[in-house]
Parts: sequence; structure tokens; C-alpha cells
Amino acid sequence: MQELIQSLQNGQTFLAGLPPAILTLIFMALGAVLFATVMALNALVAVYAERKISAWMQDRLGPMEVGPQGILQTLADAVKLLLKEDIVPAAADQKLHWFAPFLVFAAPCAAFAALPYTREFVFANFDIGVFYVASITSLSVIAILIAGWASNNKWALLGGMRAAAQIVSYEIPAGLAMLVVVMQVGSLNFNAISAAQDGGIHHWFVWRYFPFNFIAFGIFYIATLAECNRTPFDLPEAESELVGGFHTEYSGFKWSIFMLAEYAEMLVVALVGAALFLGGWSSPIPNFMNTGAWGVFWFAGKAAFLIFTHMWLRWTLPRLRVDQLMHLSWKVLTPFGFACLLGVGLWMLI
Amino acid sequence: MNSFDVMFYLIAALTLLAAAVMVFSKNIIYNAMGLLVAFFGVAGIYVMLGADFLAATQLLIYVGGILVLLLFGVMLSQRFTGAEMRTGTLQVLPATLVCAGIAAILLRMIWQTPWPKAEIAAPKPTTHEIGMQFMTTYLIPFEIVSVLLLAALVGAAFLGRRDAR
Repeated sequence: MQELIQSLQNGQTFLAGLPPAILTLIFMALGAVLFATVMALNALVAVYAERKISAWMQDRLGPMEVGPQGILQTLADAVKLLLKEDIVPAAADQKLHWFAPFLVFAAPCAAFAALPYTREFVFANFDIGVFYVASITSLSVIAILIAGWASNNKWALLGGMRAAAQIVSYEIPAGLAMLVVVMQVGSLNFNAISAAQDGGIHHWFVWRYFPFNFIAFGIFYIATLAECNRTPFDLPEAESELVGGFHTEYSGFKWSIFMLAEYAEMLVVALVGAALFLGGWSSPIPNFMNTGAWGVFWFAGKAAFLIFTHMWLRWTLPRLRVDQLMHLSWKVLTPFGFACLLGVGLWMLI
Repeated sequence: MNSFDVMFYLIAALTLLAAAVMVFSKNIIYNAMGLLVAFFGVAGIYVMLGADFLAATQLLIYVGGILVLLLFGVMLSQRFTGAEMRTGTLQVLPATLVCAGIAAILLRMIWQTPWPKAEIAAPKPTTHEIGMQFMTTYLIPFEIVSVLLLAALVGAAFLGRRDAR
């Protein structure tokens, strides 16, 4: 982003008169607004896609009334949620009840900055990109825990604790899978990882060092699915077990913030998976639509495919019980993650 | 007063405000929230000093690990209907005098120390250097810390086992 600011200053626009600090602040603010807008639009599209995909898989039609083929359904839902009364239980902790949606929105919003959108332009070219994303997603644990606590509701508290335990447990296999890729690139920088996969679909990390990277991709996919609290790991928000889990007592706009944050977390996780294993901004066909803004197209396309599989899984698999959840993380995914790490390390040495 | 100073004062003010909330609040969950913001403030200061890896580690370990542990401990050791712990202030006058004395000593020390001013150069990425140092110069402390963490892990698993002790 520094190069963009410098090029703007060298040009003869009126922006050249402002000191670089103000320009940096303006661009940072614009970036934040852009991320929030992308989150909102993503929720708009993803909710509609989820309802339509789930409907077609269940041999029904889904939303059809509002707009042609029900396209405006999510918009109508958003307007309804905005107009709903904001009910906070009298015995709930008012300040924390108000604070938790902010935190849960901020965590995925901050993670968008480090992702590699195109070859040339990155919002924040962190050299610790992967590590930064991993540490920012741990903020959502606190948010969910506080949301569950502040509701002054047994089910919410249980749901919050289960969600926190689940996310914290599944961070470990996700981190191990990320380490497998980082070991092969030698850098935590997302742009470097995407560049190492440039040149066609046969260079993507998911096919290299077979089968270790493939298993690592599977581990990453399952672990990050659990981190978003998506089925089959959505026990914290299950209706039959915990009413609504940690967002039981949230109504109207605050509930929609939780949903927004969940879909944004899904997007972040899909983008990270696409960047680490599926090539990031590089196109599958070498040297075809591979430069400039096409990077965003390929990156978003791969993430969209992963999100489609998220929704596909939701309506295919039953929910895991909480002890099965923990068993899967600690006794299955973590040992396999270590095995992949060792395997790739040995293979790289030999 | 360039933008670096402005940013530093903002982050420092946020950290100090959060620390004040953490220390003076009567509700233990509010204390934990103040701690959360204070951790973020410290991570921000690490970033301003160019220690990017350390800032991310601070977030991952302190916020994602220690604060979650703290919150779990607090939430599971109270009844479900809010803080039953008695929090209040005792012996205000002697406490104030002692704190003022210690503050005076610390302030005098801070004022007298010649702090070396680091030049504000473009921060270099530290991850590579940290990795190299861990594997060459600081290998033995690294391995000892690993053994310590293993002991903690085994102890936690032992304490959390299912059969009655």
C-alpha cells in the first residue's frame, strides 16, 4: 500500500498536498470500510446461496417469493432484522451484552487485511501473514464466551463454553496443517505462499508431496469448519440441544451481527484454505488470465467453491456430539497433523 | 509530533485506560475485558517497535490462551447468576500511602534512567531471525522450555482424567 500512496503523491492530484500520514489513515479507513462492506455483501449472497443450495439438495425450491427466484430474500430479512426490537434481558449484563457483537464482528474483519488478493496489491504485506490470521481468529473465542456469559442464561453459557472449547481445540490441527505448507515455502507471507504455487494446477500445494499435503488439506478443512461452528460441528448453536446456544438472548440486529460474523468467518477460512493449498491468486491454467485483477477472480472463485462444499456438508452430515467433537480433534486430527508434518519434513530432507 | 508519536500515545492511552478498568472494576468479568484490551494495546506497542512476530504471539498466547483460561476459570467457579464474590476495598488509607510511596520510587527511577532512543527505521521482519536464533544460539533454552511445556501438558491431562482421584 505504500507504493500506492507514493504513486498518488507523485501524481498531480489534489491528494498530493496532504501529508503521507493523513493519506495512510484515509486508506486504512477506506480499507476497513471495504472489509465491512465485503462482509455484509458476503452474508447477503451466502445466506441466499445456502437457502437455495439446501433447498435443491432437499428437492424443494427455497425462497421464491421475494424478487425473481427469491434473490431479494436476504435483503428483506436484513430489513426485518434491523426493524426488530432489541430485547436485552433485564438480569443480563448490559455492557457486555452490547460489547460481544463488536468483538465477534472485528475478528474476521481484521483477518481480511493479510490475505493475498492479487499478485501485485496486498492490503498489508505482513511477513507473518499466516500467524496473524491464526491469532486473530482466536479473538472470536473470547467474543462467544462473553456473549454466552452476558446473556445470563444457562443454555447460552453452556453453548458459549462448548463453542470456546471447540474452537480452541480445533485451532491446533488447523495450525499444524498451516505449518505443513509454511514448511514447504519457508515463509509465513501469504503472497510468497501464493507465488510458490504459481504456474498451473499441477503446482498447487494440495497435490505436492502426496499424500501428506492432501491429508493436511483435509485436516485444515475439517478443523476450520469446526472453528466456524458449522455443521457437523454446530452443537453450540443447535436448536434441539441448546435452544440457540450463545446467541439465544440476542434479537434483531445483534443476532444478525452474529450471523454476519459466522459467514464472514467462513469466507476467511475458505480464503485462507484457497491461499494455502489451492494456489491463491494463480490461475489453474498456466499463463492464462494470470495477471492483475484476475487474481481476485481466481482467489474468490476457489473460496466460493470451498464455501459451496461447506454448505453441501451442512445438509449431508449429522451433527457431532460434544464428546465426539473433542475426540475427533484431539485423538484423530492432531496425530494425523503431526504425522503429516513429520512426513513432509522427512520427504523434504531426503 | 509525527504520526508515530500520535499512534503511540493513542495505543498507550487505550492500554492505560483498560488497565485502569481492570484494576478498579468490581466485576471480575469486567476485569478480564480490561485485560483483553490491555493485551491488545501491548501487542500494538510491539508492532510499533517492529516486533511483528512477538505481537502476533502475544495475541495468540495471551488473548487466545491465557485469557480464555482465565474466563473459563472465572465462569466455572461462580454460580450462574453473576458474581457472588465479595469485592470491596479494605484499609484504603494505608494502601494509598504504600502505593504512593512505591509509585514515587518507580517514577524517580524512570526519570533518572537514560533511555536510549532507537532510530525510527523501517522495521525488518523478525521471524527468520528468531527462527535462526532458536536453532543456533538459544537452542538449549528452547529445548528446556519444550520439556517444561510437556510437563505442564502431562500434568493437565492427569488432573483432568475421568476416574475419581
